[in-house]
Amino acid sequence: MSQTVISVENLSKSYRLGQIGTGTLSRDLEVWLAKLRGKPNPLLRIGEKDHGNQDGETLWALKDVSFQVQQGEVLGIIGRNGAGKSTLLKILSRVTAPTSGVIKVKGRIASLLEVGTGFHPELTGRENIYLNGAILGMTKQEITRKFDEIVAFAEIEKFIDTPVKRYSSGMYVRLAFAVAAHLESEILLVDEVLAVGDAEFQKKCLGKMGDVASKEGRTVLFVSHNMGAIKQICNSGIEIKGGVIVNSGDIDSIISEYFSNTSKAESFVDLTNHRGRDINSKQVMVSCELYTGCKSSAEFYTNGEFKAKVIFEANQNVTKKASLGIDIRNRFGDTLFASNMFQHKVSIIIEPQQSVYEVLIEITKLNLTPGLYSLSLYWGNGSYDIDIIRNAIYFNVIWNNKLGLAFPPDSRWGPIYMESKWKSQLL
Amino acid sequence: MTDERTIPALDEHDWSLVIKPKRSLFALPIAELFRYKDLIAMFVRRDFVSVYKQTILGPLWYLIQPLLTTITFTVIFGNIAKLPTDGLPQFLFYMSGTVIWTYFATCLTKTSTVFVDNMQLFGKVYFPRLTVPVSILISNLITFGIQFVFFLGFMAYFAIRGTVFHPNWWILFSPVLIFMMAGLGLGLGILISSMTTKYRDLRFLVAFGVSLLMYATPVIYPVSSIPPQYQMLIKANPMTPIVETFRYGFLGAGTVNPLDLLYSFGFMVVIVIIGTVVFNRVEATFMDTV
Repeated sequence: MSQTVISVENLSKSYRLGQIGTGTLSRDLEVWLAKLRGKPNPLLRIGEKDHGNQDGETLWALKDVSFQVQQGEVLGIIGRNGAGKSTLLKILSRVTAPTSGVIKVKGRIASLLEVGTGFHPELTGRENIYLNGAILGMTKQEITRKFDEIVAFAEIEKFIDTPVKRYSSGMYVRLAFAVAAHLESEILLVDEVLAVGDAEFQKKCLGKMGDVASKEGRTVLFVSHNMGAIKQICNSGIEIKGGVIVNSGDIDSIISEYFSNTSKAESFVDLTNHRGRDINSKQVMVSCELYTGCKSSAEFYTNGEFKAKVIFEANQNVTKKASLGIDIRNRFGDTLFASNMFQHKVSIIIEPQQSVYEVLIEITKLNLTPGLYSLSLYWGNGSYDIDIIRNAIYFNVIWNNKLGLAFPPDSRWGPIYMESKWKSQLL
Repeated sequence: MTDERTIPALDEHDWSLVIKPKRSLFALPIAELFRYKDLIAMFVRRDFVSVYKQTILGPLWYLIQPLLTTITFTVIFGNIAKLPTDGLPQFLFYMSGTVIWTYFATCLTKTSTVFVDNMQLFGKVYFPRLTVPVSILISNLITFGIQFVFFLGFMAYFAIRGTVFHPNWWILFSPVLIFMMAGLGLGLGILISSMTTKYRDLRFLVAFGVSLLMYATPVIYPVSSIPPQYQMLIKANPMTPIVETFRYGFLGAGTVNPLDLLYSFGFMVVIVIIGTVVFNRVEATFMDTV
């Protein structure tokens, strides 16, 4: 039977908002002396109230959080930015102390460091492996034992005696991950480190983390916004919202509930100031509307018609020739379909002055199984994307009884529906 | 049927780590530091290697620094200001002072920025924070060793040239003196370091405070040259007896007063305790205030 390796009991963490103290010793002394003599705070503006240390200024990053983790469990922690996920990992990794509550841990905890933290640029790869390993709590002997494995995993054999300042960022990440993943710790904390590095290595990392749990029996706590990665390696999860655990249990149900709570299917979306827009994107696309037939809709039938209309505004300063691309993703972020105008031998010629354009995309048979899906939009000049909006709009696919099947596909049967014919005969 | 309540509760001993809001203030995690001895060794190595990488003269800098300082002092304080040196060759007098003072001063300045310098690392991973100041003491001790041997070389050179020294049994006391300097540097350093997490202005204080403190320490002048009415003032500085005793042991000139040494030692113990308490207090939550 598996045993509890982490027990979090009524954990709370508060931060005082605003400036702590006045920042300089002399002013703090001034305030303190005034208080001592019973005078008002000399640094306050007239009419301002002295808040002192009252609750109004306290932010509870975590409030009364309790949960347990079993040995070998891979626990995914999900939630919006600022929900308290990272604070929880920080307390677990002992970077900061909780305000109240207790955490009991069995075994060593190691955190997967962010790229290059703890690396010294002047030292060689070899020296940095030892340094980083030691920072993470390994002894020299342990590192020596794992050394070849680490180097092989990071794929840096040739550069092992080169100072890491000459490494590419990819090599940096690989080395950092390799050291942490090969640690002899019973518990591994991973906080959104896989956002960097190429896709291939990300895959390798995820695979390694899966192995760490299933083959080596180690426990992993994983924080990420990449639902696909979480689904792939975690077997259970908790959702944190506003510092409180709002949901916990089996990872699949957590993710789908998280999705249905955070993303709503809509038939129309305003794309100006859309939060899914890439940081480096120019704001070109204005709105997106979904149709079936001539009716605006957020729900589509399996194998039914799906139409999208994208409005954008551009002039020749942006580009002379434009193309629109789309992809459709399921709720775990897996891309199921992608295409663009160029593939279909269509393109838009942009007028010299600012003009408004419309693009219509029609999918005649949307062969997706029931569930929530998202449409992402990529607007570019054919060689690179100028305006990217990921998960621009969400839509629901519902089962069509007219397909004449006995019952709809189960939610675990995958996202694609294919028309198929079944026959049997006696041989 | 198993009743959940019958499952034996794990008591504290079964857990290898219990994270609580407050830690003991007086705890000096010696055992934990010892467990992380490899990390300390790595930090020391890092400090050494990174200092002279991509420099032309490399490790020679360890010798050039005290040499140039000594020469400067000899010219300015010896030849121009004509300060007395207890009858010792000026060069050796200044060199002994410089080498000793440098150890204390670098220990203090380097440890005083531990939190701010390592913010990024401390914010990501836990290891006993004291490993960093301790590694600073050790790497500087090695530097001190190198520079001290260099000083002994000059002493030998002067002896061959005919200068007569009177080294005595106080030499055997030098490990204690080094220990005291390390303690003073560490205690003051971590105290300031802990307070800089909240008050950044202390950094400026350390920067010029240390150089000012040197003039209140018999580095460039002997205690004997101070008028009696100011002697108390100069002796209030815990570094004074350390520098004087060192010089007396090796060069045989100056004053040694066991009472003054005892005062220094007591000062060191108190400052280490205060430093540890403040450090422990800050360590737990400093990431929230930095």
